[in-house]
Amino acid sequence: MEKKADRTIITVVGKDTVGIIARVCTYLAENGINVLDISQTIVQGFFNMMMVVDMKGASKPFGQCAKELEQAGEEIGVSIKCQREEIFNKMHRI
Amino acid sequence: MINIWEVKETNKMIEQENLDVRTITLGISLLDCIDSDLQKLNENIYNKITRVAAGLVKTGEEIERNYCIPIVNKRISVTPIALVGQAACKTPKDFVEVAKTLDRAAKTVGVNFIGGYSALVSKGMTKGDRDLICSIPQALSVTERVCSSVNVGSTKTGIDMDAVKLMGEIIHKTAEATKENDSLGCAKLVVFCNAPDDNPFMAGAFHGVTEEDAIINVGVSGPGVVKKALEQVRGENFEALCETIKKTAFKITRVGQLVAQEASRRMGVPFGIIDLSLAPTPAVGDSVAEILEEIGLEYAGAPGTTAALALLNDQVKKGGIMASSYVGGLSGAFIPVSEDQGMIDAVEAGALTLEKLEAMTCVCSVGLDMVAIPGDVPPATISGIIADEMAIGMVNQKTTAVRLIPVIGKGVGETVEFGGLLGHAPVMPVNRHGCEGFISRGGRIPAPIHSFKN
Repeated sequence: MEKKADRTIITVVGKDTVGIIARVCTYLAENGINVLDISQTIVQGFFNMMMVVDMKGASKPFGQCAKELEQAGEEIGVSIKCQREEIFNKMHRI
Repeated sequence: MINIWEVKETNKMIEQENLDVRTITLGISLLDCIDSDLQKLNENIYNKITRVAAGLVKTGEEIERNYCIPIVNKRISVTPIALVGQAACKTPKDFVEVAKTLDRAAKTVGVNFIGGYSALVSKGMTKGDRDLICSIPQALSVTERVCSSVNVGSTKTGIDMDAVKLMGEIIHKTAEATKENDSLGCAKLVVFCNAPDDNPFMAGAFHGVTEEDAIINVGVSGPGVVKKALEQVRGENFEALCETIKKTAFKITRVGQLVAQEASRRMGVPFGIIDLSLAPTPAVGDSVAEILEEIGLEYAGAPGTTAALALLNDQVKKGGIMASSYVGGLSGAFIPVSEDQGMIDAVEAGALTLEKLEAMTCVCSVGLDMVAIPGDVPPATISGIIADEMAIGMVNQKTTAVRLIPVIGKGVGETVEFGGLLGHAPVMPVNRHGCEGFISRGGRIPAPIHSFKN
């Protein structure tokens, strides 16, 4: 039986600069994480991105991916956060 | 699919408005630990707690990482020790040994508080109940993480006034026994009327005898989130106000429900209840008093406070109840003084008195909570304050509680510092007219007429 989708929301917030999406997507590709959706907006000069990803094929456990993405974010001066999708579904959908 | 604005709203609540899950409390039954040999009893208790709660802190931390939601406390509640210990403990000193065992077990599993050093004496006390109560001052002075509670009344049984009298003395002795630390022991001691079996919040948590072997109860929080949401409806009418509180309470509670279900699944322990309480902390922007101010009061305690608190409490319940499959515990708004910066400010401004706090407890979820009073207030007066609060609970069929801290060596106008989540508190004046004759009558106050519903 095929493994169920394991959806996670990645948010990236910070000062806009060249290569943010590239950096995040490279990490995701290298670690077997599939991007399902991306939306992005600039609010008051700040780069805001949300990605919906499927981690069922991820080569590393959730905690490690979250930590490594956070570190990658620090290197390029943005904050990157990984959260399982349920918290948003629970809060915003009845 | 979830959109970016919804994600931003949730994260803003967590990052800027102090949304957190206040506690995951693992309730553990100790009924199967009972033994007539004290050493064996202690062994059984230690082994059961450390076995059942072994994964509690780790599970909490994993959930925090998965959802980026802080879970401030991981705690344990156990079966009231008066029940568990009576067969083995023949003196108050014996009970203190059990308290030490609870403390040791709490430290081993890494929880910051363990509740259930308790006695349920709403109608009367057995010798064991009395011994446990008499051991409380020493138990709380030689342990660090043990919390104690005594239920002295209920709507069904009336109020055990002998226990009320005794608790006035015990609170005073506990203050004396811990006077080196601003009488901190009293911050870990609650007197209840209608105590719930499934309360996850300290210091009053215990695992009731109606519960199963182990259970996960979760206490949510989020006064800061409610306050921020209300800023959007400033000046609008009560309908808009109430709708906003309800919607916000729904969102907060859903997060609690998620955390409870996850903790339950990961630990293989059934989910019990969500406690829908707005629990403040001393942090700025995490205050119930600030919500009352946002509703339109200059300070908590101003005329209108009781009405504002009543609607807040009701709307929190209405919003929260749909968000969770099981709601229980204390559920409402907490109004501790030392743990809420807005309350402290209100006391210091002269807006909030002990009598107004008492009125507020008629419409909120608990009672006179974390109130520092002068150390020279006589035990009978403390018993009088307890009796008043218990009567409010008994007649209104709700939980009420008293957590008073007579600060030995300090008087009105001075401040006590408890540190951490317990905060700091100005010492509040107490009505000094006597009630000795009332308290020393002995016996019990009968249950009110409306309790006879069979």
